[in-house]
Amino acid sequence: MKLSPDETIFWEYGFLTINLTLVTTWGIMLLLVITSILITRRLKTDIQISRWQCMLEIIVTGINSQIKEVGIAKPEKYIGFIGTLFLFILVSNLLIIIPWYSPPTGSLSTTGALAISVLLAVPFFGISESGVKAYLKTYLSPSFIMLPFNIIGELSRTIALTIRLFGNIMSGGLIVAVLLSVAPFIFPVIMTVLGLLTGTVQAYIFSILATVYIAAAVSEKRKKTTTKLKEVKNG
Amino acid sequence: MEINWFTLVAQIFNFFLLVWLLKRFLYKPILDAIDKRERKILDQLNDAEASKAEALKQQEEYKKKNTAFDIEKKELMNTAISESKEMQTKLLEKARAEAEALKDHLEKTEKEKQNNREATLSHRIKQEVFAISKKTLADLASVSFEEQATAVFIKRLKSLKGEDLNQFISAFKSGKITLRSAFKLSDLQLKQIEKEVNELLEKKLDFSVEVSPDLIGGIEISTTDYKLAWSISGYLKDLEERAFEKENVKKTGVTSS
Repeated sequence: MKLSPDETIFWEYGFLTINLTLVTTWGIMLLLVITSILITRRLKTDIQISRWQCMLEIIVTGINSQIKEVGIAKPEKYIGFIGTLFLFILVSNLLIIIPWYSPPTGSLSTTGALAISVLLAVPFFGISESGVKAYLKTYLSPSFIMLPFNIIGELSRTIALTIRLFGNIMSGGLIVAVLLSVAPFIFPVIMTVLGLLTGTVQAYIFSILATVYIAAAVSEKRKKTTTKLKEVKNG
Repeated sequence: MEINWFTLVAQIFNFFLLVWLLKRFLYKPILDAIDKRERKILDQLNDAEASKAEALKQQEEYKKKNTAFDIEKKELMNTAISESKEMQTKLLEKARAEAEALKDHLEKTEKEKQNNREATLSHRIKQEVFAISKKTLADLASVSFEEQATAVFIKRLKSLKGEDLNQFISAFKSGKITLRSAFKLSDLQLKQIEKEVNELLEKKLDFSVEVSPDLIGGIEISTTDYKLAWSISGYLKDLEERAFEKENVKKTGVTSS
């Protein structure tokens, strides 16, 4: 029994390997992009729109409002990253209803890659918003003693993201696999339904946490601006 | 359960590629479409608001115009009514006046006709009476009408007394005396009359003699402002006056009864 789709290898040449994780990821990417292209090809700006367009609009505006709720004033800038994170994980997790499908999120390589992407995106957005110096200063706040803890925090939350998603999805698949051998009827179906729920929740958790991290990095500038304003007011 | 580092790197790449692709094909077009639509709806709402305001304005304007129109209509109506009343009165007055004039004219014409008829009748009666008298006098008394008429005239002259006589004398004292008769007087008759008149006036005067058939069997002696005559015409006039007097009395009696 294979715990990770990484172990199913189709092609290998030294360091380069094409495994099930990559293939499924490509499949999901294709599915998402083609669906988007198909629907957005005929977008209407009238009052009446197609059902597909309506669905996509609900998803996009939903993501937008969620980002806004976390505290980011201009969600349009971050929706590309955060929305893709959510949609990719959601679709990967929901496709488990297809028989013999193995979600790429059940692989540590994928969850690790997503967590590292968040790790990279946080300083990227932080710096683009408030500059290198201001961003790096956040590691020294409230005092330089906190620097190692801040770095450890950064790394540990990345690892937490990785493990949380991987653990949830992998365990879901594993439970179904185990149940199939113990009680092949009914129970695996229930577990799969539960898996759908877990998958959706995990997609939400992963992306909302990423949003929170990004918001924390971006809001540094806002804090400073408000402090400056206060100083000016007090003379 | 381990990390395949190549897969990890590849997945990072894949993920960022997906981010770019979805940004390009999903988020941007959708957000743009939403923005456009929102703008469009907002524009339409604004347009609707503007149209509504315009419509309200126009409604107000039309209401004002309607009120003004109503007032004007009422005024025009009142003017028309008063004018027509005036015209009616005028026309009625005119019609009445015309009817009055026509009535007068008719009455006048009728009166004229009546007069003419009466005149014709009277003329014929006179002629008839004259003819009958003439014939009767000739047949029964062997006296000519002319002689008899002259005799009656002389008798009349003789019968003048008192006031009438004085008036006669004062009228004929001076001036020219004209003696008119319906028939030609014989010299004897003329002399008889002249003699009688001269006796009355106690002086001799010149007479101018005229024959006038209008008198119908009569003799008339006149000066500028006095006239003494006897004729069938005068006789008949007396007769007529008496007859009408009687008729009037009769009529009044009928009406009062």
